[in-house]
Amino acid sequence: MIRALLLAILIGLAWPPDARAQATGDATPLHFESASEERRFHRMVAELRCVMCQNQSLADSNAQIAQDLRREVLELMRQGMDDTAIKSHLVARYGAFVLYRPQVGPATWLLWFGPLVLLGAGGVVIWRVVASRRPDRPLPPDDTETW
Amino acid sequence: MSAPGSRSARARWLPLIVFGAILSLLAAGVWLSRDPDRNALPSPLIGKPAPAFVLPVLGEPERLVSGDDLRGAPYLLNVWGSWCPGCREEHAVIEAFARTQRLPVIGFNWKDEPEDATRWLAQFGNPYALVLADYDGRAAIDWGIYGAPETFLVDGDGIIVWKHVGPMTDDVVGGQLLPRLDRLGTR
Repeated sequence: MIRALLLAILIGLAWPPDARAQATGDATPLHFESASEERRFHRMVAELRCVMCQNQSLADSNAQIAQDLRREVLELMRQGMDDTAIKSHLVARYGAFVLYRPQVGPATWLLWFGPLVLLGAGGVVIWRVVASRRPDRPLPPDDTETW
Repeated sequence: MSAPGSRSARARWLPLIVFGAILSLLAAGVWLSRDPDRNALPSPLIGKPAPAFVLPVLGEPERLVSGDDLRGAPYLLNVWGSWCPGCREEHAVIEAFARTQRLPVIGFNWKDEPEDATRWLAQFGNPYALVLADYDGRAAIDWGIYGAPETFLVDGDGIIVWKHVGPMTDDVVGGQLLPRLDRLGTR
């Protein structure tokens, strides 16, 4: 009984009610003309974020909008657009949020280089602690040590 | 080791200072997430021309309407679908706003079966001056639409001036939409 209740609560937590919804519809599988096209497509959609679910890539998501965007990516590829052009096509419509690998720019410097700065700061702190504990004079040789 | 006393006092306070810094960081995160619309993506289309489109009118598949046909007067574009619970939630608000006749409300029926959409409008009322049907969702991508309901305000020059993601409420109409309409200079 309690186990069933817990399960129900867990399921409820996993799928919170959402006023915003998606159409259910055809999940027509995409057809690829060649293996290289398929490889390129899978590489692209893994680097693009599903705008509805926001923590999944386009490749992972079953949301209807993700299916539509996958179809759009494939169509743009067939129109001969290169990867950068396809990404900026989507960024122009959905914002930089669609990129799982954000562009390096003034707005994302903190994101890209913040961890390095933190690492450097930590290194400086450790170096100073070690330096302050180092004895001013070398230890005198200790003749009583047997090893 | 020139002033060991002051140094150890500082070292004693250091953990508390670090703790306080982490605490304020977490508090800031909680504070910033209080906005119920925090997951709404800011649209890069604000201030840009509305995308070009040619879409059939719901129920009249041979009558096509393009973005240029709508140019010249401001309009509200409301994205909805009969499959969308949030659209029913906001429907009374959309109807009340349309009744004020401040500007035409155009429905954008997104990825919907025409029969379902027509039945939905017959059942809940049709506030729309015109309903465009985007059956396969291709035009929606150009508008940056990612979940219904969404609502766009387009001015007379065809520029998107405002977008709301999620159900419209009286607060959103009064606090965000109406002030923008005043600035556009509609009655």
